[in-house]
Formats: sequence, C-alpha cells, structure tokens
Amino acid sequence: MSYEALCVTWFILEGVLLTGYALLDGFDLGVGILHPFVPRTDLERRISMNSIGPLWDGNEVWLVTFGGALFAAFPEAYASVFSGFYTAFMLLLIALISRAVSMEFRSKMESPAWRRFWDWAFFGGSFTASLLFGVAVGNAMIGVPLDDAGNFTGSVLDQLGPYPLLVGVMTVSLFAMHGGLFLYLKTEGEFQQRLREWMWRSWGLFMVTFMLTTIATVALIPRATENFRRFPWAIVVVVGTVLAVANIPRCLFRDKPGLAFLSSGGVIAGLVALFGLALYPNLVTATGDPTRSVTIFNAASSPKTLGIMLIIAAVGMPFVLTYSGVIYWTFRGKVKLGDHSY
Amino acid sequence: MDVVLLSRIQFAVSIGFHYIFPPLAIGLGVVLVWLEGAFLRTRDPIYETAARFWTKVFALNFAIGVATGIVMEFQFGTNWATYSRFVGDVFGSALAAEGIFAFFLESGFLAVLVFGWDRVGPKMHFFSTLMVSLGSIFSSVWIVVANSWQQTPAGHHIVPVLRNGVPLVRNGEPVLRAEIVDFWALVFNPSTVHRLVHVWIGAFLVGAFFVMSIAAWYLLKGRHTEFARRSFDGGLALAAVSALAMFVSGHGQAGSVYRHQPAKLAAFEGHYRTGPADMNLFGFPDDSAQSVRYGVAIPGGLGLLLHGDPSKPVVGLDRFRPEDRPPVGITFQSYHVMVGLGTLFVGLTLLAAFFRWRGTLYQTRWLLWLFVPAVLLPIVGNELGWVAAEVGRQPWIVHPKVTWTADGSDLVVGPAGHVVYDEREGLRTLDAASPNVTAGQVLGSLVGFGLIYLALGAVWVFILDRKIKHGPEEPPGDSPAVPDGALAAAGLRAGHEGRMTGGDGSRG
Repeated sequence: MSYEALCVTWFILEGVLLTGYALLDGFDLGVGILHPFVPRTDLERRISMNSIGPLWDGNEVWLVTFGGALFAAFPEAYASVFSGFYTAFMLLLIALISRAVSMEFRSKMESPAWRRFWDWAFFGGSFTASLLFGVAVGNAMIGVPLDDAGNFTGSVLDQLGPYPLLVGVMTVSLFAMHGGLFLYLKTEGEFQQRLREWMWRSWGLFMVTFMLTTIATVALIPRATENFRRFPWAIVVVVGTVLAVANIPRCLFRDKPGLAFLSSGGVIAGLVALFGLALYPNLVTATGDPTRSVTIFNAASSPKTLGIMLIIAAVGMPFVLTYSGVIYWTFRGKVKLGDHSY
Repeated sequence: MDVVLLSRIQFAVSIGFHYIFPPLAIGLGVVLVWLEGAFLRTRDPIYETAARFWTKVFALNFAIGVATGIVMEFQFGTNWATYSRFVGDVFGSALAAEGIFAFFLESGFLAVLVFGWDRVGPKMHFFSTLMVSLGSIFSSVWIVVANSWQQTPAGHHIVPVLRNGVPLVRNGEPVLRAEIVDFWALVFNPSTVHRLVHVWIGAFLVGAFFVMSIAAWYLLKGRHTEFARRSFDGGLALAAVSALAMFVSGHGQAGSVYRHQPAKLAAFEGHYRTGPADMNLFGFPDDSAQSVRYGVAIPGGLGLLLHGDPSKPVVGLDRFRPEDRPPVGITFQSYHVMVGLGTLFVGLTLLAAFFRWRGTLYQTRWLLWLFVPAVLLPIVGNELGWVAAEVGRQPWIVHPKVTWTADGSDLVVGPAGHVVYDEREGLRTLDAASPNVTAGQVLGSLVGFGLIYLALGAVWVFILDRKIKHGPEEPPGDSPAVPDGALAAAGLRAGHEGRMTGGDGSRG
C-alpha cells in the first residue's frame, strides 16, 4: 500500500473508531443527560443507571482507543489537538470521572442527599462531556489559529464561538434522543411512557439545531461544500442521514422503538461520516493560512508504523467485535435489578 | 512556577493516584480466577461466596482505576505535546495496542463478571473472570513496553520531521522524531521483561496483602471465619512466593539498570565516585559533600551485587555532568525504602507461614493485627518503585544510550571525563512540554485533579470500609465450620450477632 493510501486508511479507521464511540457512548451519555428529568422515583433512577451499568465502561474504551490510535497514527494531530484544547480536555476528564464514579458510588448509601448528589454528578458529567465533544467537532470544522508547527495560538475563548457552541447543543440533543430511545427499550410501564415525550422534545431540538448547523456549515465553511463537489457520492450519505432522521418519528408512530433506536444510530454514523468528509484531508484546520493546517499527510507516522498498526487492528478488532456482540446479547432485554446492580 | 514543573507535579499526582488501582486489579484478578476455578472444581459454595464478595470489591477498585486511567492517556498530549510529537510513532503504537488488546477485553468481560452472575452459567462466568484478569495483565504488558522504551529505547531510528515535504526547522535546528524500525526489538527492548516481571510481582503482593488484610480483620472479629481462613491461606501463599520472587527480580533489575542507565543506578545507591562500591543500607546522600552521610553500608556490597566481586569498580555519578545527573536524594530514599519493604515482606510472610505450619496462625492475634494495616506497605512499595524509576531517569524523558568500553568495565567518556550523551537520541524533560500551554492552565487543572482525587480517595476508603464491614453473604444452607477452639467459637457467635446487614439492602 502506498504511503498516501495508508494515511487515508487510518483516517477512515479513526472515523470508524469515532463512529463506534459516538454510537455506543452516545446512548449512555444520553441516559445521563435525561437522568434528572425522566426517572422520578429512586427505583426509576436505579433502572436508568443500571440500563447502562454493564455497558458504559466498554463503550468508553472506544474513546480511549480512538485517542491511542490518533497518538500512534497521527502524532502531530494528537499533540496539536490535546495541547491546543487543554482546558476543554481537562473539563472533559473531570466530566468523565464524575459520571463513572457517580454510577459506582450512588447506590452504596441509602441517604437521599447522597443519592441526589451523585444523580447530579452523573447528569453534569454526561451533559458536559456531550457538549464538549460537539464543541470540539465544531472547532475542527470551522478552524482554529495555528502556528507553523501546528501549535494552537489562540485563547480558550476562541474555542467557544457560536458555531462550535451550536454543534455542542446539537450533540447534546442528539445524544439525549439516542439515550432516550435506548432507555425506552430497557424500561416498562409508566416510566417508559414518560420517555416518549422526552424523545419528542429531544428529536425536535435536534431537528432545529441540525438544520441550523447545516445552514451555518454551508454559509461559513466553504471547504466543506468543496469537498462535497469533489466527492459527489457523498450525497448518498447526506440523503441517508436525512432519511434516518425522518425515520425516527415514523418508527415511533408505528410503535417500533427498536428501529427508531437503529435509525438514531444511523443518524450518528451519518453525521460522523459527513464530519470526516467535510474535514478531509485536514485533521485540524488552521484559520487564515491553509498550509498550516494539520492534515492526514503531514501529521502521520511512518509508513512502517501505520502498517504495523494496521496489522494490530486487523488481529484485534475481529475479537473486539465478537465479544462485544456476545456481551450486548448477554445483557439484552429489560433492566432487572439484582444483588450486584448499582 | 514554570509549566514543566507544574506538569511534572500533575503527572506525578495523577499517576500516583491511578497506580493504587491497577496493581489491585491485577492482584485481585488472579485471586478471583483462582476462587472461581476452585468453585468449578469442587462445587464448594464457599468459593462462590468468596468470589462474589471479592468481585464487588474488585468492581469498586476497577471503576476508579478506569476513571483515573483516561487522564493518563490524555496527559501525554495535553501537557507533553513536544514529547508526543517526538515519540508518537513508537510510543503511540503501544498505547493503541493496549486499547485494542487489553481495554476492550477487560471492560467487556468485566460486565459479565460484575453483572452477569444470574445471566450466564458458572463456566461462562469463570471464562469472563479469566478474560478480565488476562486483560489487566495485557494492559500492564503494553504500558510497561511503552515506559521501558523510554528508559532503554530500541528498535527505532531518529529522523527529521517533514512538513509538506520539507524538513521542519525550529530555532534554527531541525525537528526530530523517533520512528519504528523493528517492532519486536521495540517491544522486547532491553528492560521490558525485567521491569514487567517486577511490576507483576508488585501487583501480586498488593492483591495478596489486600486479601490478607481483610481476612485477618474478619479472623480477629471472629466473623466469616471459614471464608477468612481460606482467603488468608491463599493470600499468604501468593504473598510468600511473590516476596521471594521479588528478590530475584530486583537483583536482575539492578544489573540491567546499571548497564543501560548507570546514572540512575548510581543515584539509587548514592554512589558518587567511580571505584569500588559499598552498598548503603541506610543514609542521607549529600550532593555538596559527594557522599552519603550517616550511612550504614556493606563494604564492597554494590560491586558484589553487580560484578560478583567486591573490589571491582562501579561507575559513579562523577562520570556525568551535573546537569545530566538525576536528583539523588529522592531517588536514593524511594529506592531504599522500596528495598526495605521488600525485605520486610519476606520476613512477614515467612513468619506467618511458620505459624500456619505450626497450626497456630489464626490464634496469633498480634500477627493478624500486623496484617490488617500491612496492605498499605506493598501499595507504598509499588509507588516508591515507580518514583525511583522515573525520578532516577531524569533529566531525560527519553533516555539516550550510553556506551561502554570494550571490556565493559567503564563508560566511554569525553575529554572532561564525563559521558557525552547524543542529544539527538534522547529528549530532555525540560524540552518536552507543550509549548502553548500556560502555567495558569496547568495550575488550574492540577488544583482540580488534586481536589477531585482527595474526594475520590476518601469516598473509596469509606465505601470499601462499609463493604468490608458488611462482609460476604453466608452461603445458603451453610453450617458454620467446626471451630478450632472455644475462643474461635465464641468469636464466631459474637460475629454473627454483630453483622451489619441493615442499611445497605440495595447493594452490598
């Protein structure tokens, strides 16, 4: 394989890892975002947490592997992004720590104040993490100031522009919808009925922010539209994503929540693909001088390393997919609380 | 304070806190595999009870380990961007392999281990436990490979970084980076195997002492006596073997460190002047006097350890320019306390094994009382071992090679009598930080992590304490084991009355 082909392959594989992460952790972040609003009793809050109890940790590994693969395949991009978004990453870490331990700690004490504290920590962590992911995507799209070595030269406030914040809100609503649909599959009775209105609300908010983001992208980011002209087949992804968005209410009306959940998964996968298409070949876009952008070609590791990593992925990922499948199958069906539950 | 120092403190705080948990996961993982294996073989319900109890403790530790572990992966990029650019091609692959081969395995099967008791059969559950344990061990493999490569780099070459086809130049110098040449030489770099074995034994000691601590406490309180005895016996066997193996491993390590990082070994031992070397058992290194004060030393001990000959010279810190030497005080003390603890573990476990052989261990209350707080010692030992390893490699974040003379008796030195490192081959910690991150940002995150970790540590200890006080569930239909004596019988009865079953009904 030529060096260029290896770089493109790893760009696609990073996209696959990011899609895996957004699809899977997306629903458990969403469950966290809905946590203070939908479940009303202590039992319902426990059901909410336990719906993702066995799954969230494995889901988060997709992010860790995405980060590790970025470090290995595109070290220049890893260094640029992580140091450039220092404060955002520190907030993200604190958010991820809070939600992880809040699930583990909440049920260990009966005290209502204790449980309320961890309920909010769970929500705060999930909400902040989702918002930051969206803001990061928004910044990658619209570009940040870089010096000639790929170092971010702006301030934290530069990263909180209207476009990144819009993408952040869209991500929160998307994950809330995705999490709501997941929780709908895992619950029964009145709790499940209450989820319906929240699925509509999050779908509505997502629709609005999705349309605004689309308009803003077309208006503000000419690179993105250029890429769509360059790859005409990308229209298939656009149409597919829009159809998946529209399919969610259709499935809800026809009482097919499983298909609705799959459709929201399709929306996420479509959006990550569109993000990748709009970005290509950049990993971090420089504002102003485009030669300063960190691209998949100037940020990549050596061909030797990319090749070794490809072997590692080819050996490891079939196992990962197999036993992930087995584990999701093991925990299928409605949530049942037991001795070992949260 | 400057960014590099703050970033170093933040790294030390976050890895120091994180590293409480991985050894517990590796050590307890092995214990869980053994317990579930014993249950499958004998179908004795006490093993299942024990496995269920330790699983809950394991899950709690694991959750904090995962939560604090992501911080580590992110910090390379956030705080050490220059380092990340220099090593990404090599170091990143090890991290990515850790994700693909270890983290997915651990976290996936952890779900079955913790939540799957009623969803899968005992064989599948055993298999999941095995996979979690294997995953935590794989994880240690890759992270130790990555760390060892920085200590004794191999399997790579240093090349100029190209940006859009032309070499990137900063401050008039070409920017360099390491790239893989030979993957297996990188994985099996000169220190990987030594250090990996050392890390594993350290983890087994933590796991074993953790189990013994809780079991000793139950024995003293006369609660869950049969469970506690079996747990203590298993823990003691693992601890005694590990403590002895640690000595062999430590010895091998010292030789390897001397060969590849002689400045580090000289700092370990406070050996300032090249020549015949004593082995200090204790003391305070004094840089200005170039000697160890108030020391108690075995004459020629270091020469004997390294060369098998007390009179043979050992390279000292005087072979290195002052700016190429690690801080001696911290390195010396952390290394010596670690070695002292290792010796103590041999003594403590052999003593307990002797009482066990005599059949009086469970009545020897003072010894059991020693074991209750003793769990802290191997945790401290693990931490100090890493302090010695990481402070001792300073000022390098990636250590360049040293060259020995043909007969291997001394280092090749420059005209001033000092080793001249090839600066291209290594990277100094001072040059490794992110160029665009400010001291204020790092201070903010450091304070944030400090506060969160303090709170997390406190909640962890608090919940662990409740779990231990709650204890394992008694197996259904299990009659209390026949007590050894009246004292134990009395203790058993008192223990059952005192069990704290209320107030924690939702989850043990």
